[in-house]
Amino acid sequence: MSSRGRTTVLAASSLLVSITASVLSLRHIDQLHPTSPVEDVLYIGSPKMVKRASFGFDGLMACMYWTRTVQYFGHRHLNGEMSYNELAPLLEITTALDPNMMAPYQFGASFLAPAPPNGAGEPDRAIRLMQYGIEHNPNDWHLYYNLGFVYYTLKDYKQASATFARGSRVPNAHPFLKILAARMAEHTGDYSTARMLWSATFETSQDSHIRLNAIAHLRSLQVDEDVTNLQAAVTRFGERAGRLPSSMEELTAAEHLPGIPIDPDGKPYELSPEGRILVQNPDNFIFVTKGTPPGYKPPAFGRLRK
Amino acid sequence: MSARILHIAKNTFREAVRDRVLYNLIAFALLLSGAAILVSQISIDIERLVVVNLGLTAISLFGVLIAIFIGIGLVSKEIEKRTLYTVLSRPVRRWEFIVGKFFGLAGTLVVNTLFMAIGVFGALLYVAHRFSRPDAWIFVALYFIILEFLIICSLSLLFSSFSSPLLSAVFAFSLFVIGSFANDLRGFAGVAHGFTRWFATAAAYLVPNFSTLNVISAVAHQQPLGAHLILQNTLYALFYTVAAMSGAVLIFERRNLK
Repeated sequence: MSSRGRTTVLAASSLLVSITASVLSLRHIDQLHPTSPVEDVLYIGSPKMVKRASFGFDGLMACMYWTRTVQYFGHRHLNGEMSYNELAPLLEITTALDPNMMAPYQFGASFLAPAPPNGAGEPDRAIRLMQYGIEHNPNDWHLYYNLGFVYYTLKDYKQASATFARGSRVPNAHPFLKILAARMAEHTGDYSTARMLWSATFETSQDSHIRLNAIAHLRSLQVDEDVTNLQAAVTRFGERAGRLPSSMEELTAAEHLPGIPIDPDGKPYELSPEGRILVQNPDNFIFVTKGTPPGYKPPAFGRLRK
Repeated sequence: MSARILHIAKNTFREAVRDRVLYNLIAFALLLSGAAILVSQISIDIERLVVVNLGLTAISLFGVLIAIFIGIGLVSKEIEKRTLYTVLSRPVRRWEFIVGKFFGLAGTLVVNTLFMAIGVFGALLYVAHRFSRPDAWIFVALYFIILEFLIICSLSLLFSSFSSPLLSAVFAFSLFVIGSFANDLRGFAGVAHGFTRWFATAAAYLVPNFSTLNVISAVAHQQPLGAHLILQNTLYALFYTVAAMSGAVLIFERRNLK
């Protein structure tokens, strides 16, 4: 083999060995830092500073910050983290860079106000974010819907009604805003209103997190409503027969139901000896408030199901 | 190291000095002394922090710029001036030429860093009036910065072995920026799925991970660094440098210089 050939073979072997060794040593270094701090660190926390530092490339920077926001939320969500401390500043920076980007407002409406672990637990900042959005985009009815939605989740029906009503007056506003304004004015936090709100959230968003969150709420609402209706049936049965139904079959027959009622997963509801209607797997319905066994504690964090 | 490599390294160092590369030290000294005087007048309790952060960051950035802009011209300038043919007509092998150039540039950067380090410690003494035991961690940060320079030198040589100086500068600088955000890339890989996850993970391991070599902030806050980290970072930087240099040798050996 010629001298040049020998050098080539040696250099190629050295390249392969050293690149493999560098990857292996990097993996060792990763083990020294098991959790990357990047998700929790905001290099610059002030929206104004970030805007200045973008040298006029606000749009591109906004896209980067929005991507970072989604990564931050997704990463913590997958890891079952209990807090989202950087969510509000990330959304504020993104919207300061590009106040016309709608996705962050919708994201904020869904995940800023709810208490941990389902959100950041910062309703005031959620409201401020929506108001900032409306200030810069007064003709976009989605923002009024989002703000009204935040008020609704805070059970502030008066403000929710006023906000939906303002939104309904915006040109080309969706007609359901008028209905929502009326329902909120009646202080009705009933299932059909909640279903309408979450369905609208699902239909008006393209973001997978928001859509999955809406589906999880809709599934839980269905369980809550079913359990409420079945529990009323148990009470009626008791009033008629002077005793509790012995089984779900007996209750079904007495109420002339087409079959044993099933939850959104297709599992039949159960009847406890104390006459309580129970859902078989409450962990599958992370926002459920009814149909859980006594002393039931929801999991530390329920991952949204696809 | 063979005598031929040593000669080439010495000449590369001399040439860099003749090119007034070390003039950057004046800018560095002005920057650091200005900052040290200014910060002690306009702020409270962060003088040490500013001097360490600014000093080490400036050493890193000045060195990276020198490594890139000198490194990219090491091969092309020799071809342009036709001095490469004179060198290679002697009993000097192509790989020896590349390795010698690498050591020459690395030596220049080490000397430059040593002078700058003296400046940092001088400014530190000025603002803090005395050294404390945790200040010794600054040496580790400086050592990591030198490791970073070795990687960048090797990458600059790798690119300059097959590309024009302008493109080499673009490639090397892009890799430096990407490598500085390697942990973000890792974070992205963690939340991605399917092909994107596979691709991002591969990219995160293949680009140089400069973020693991950046301990400036930790050192500024007087946080200790583990011996294991020092060892692993050393191994990582050496392996990566050898990989890039092997690539450079491989390409340069096959390059048609006619």
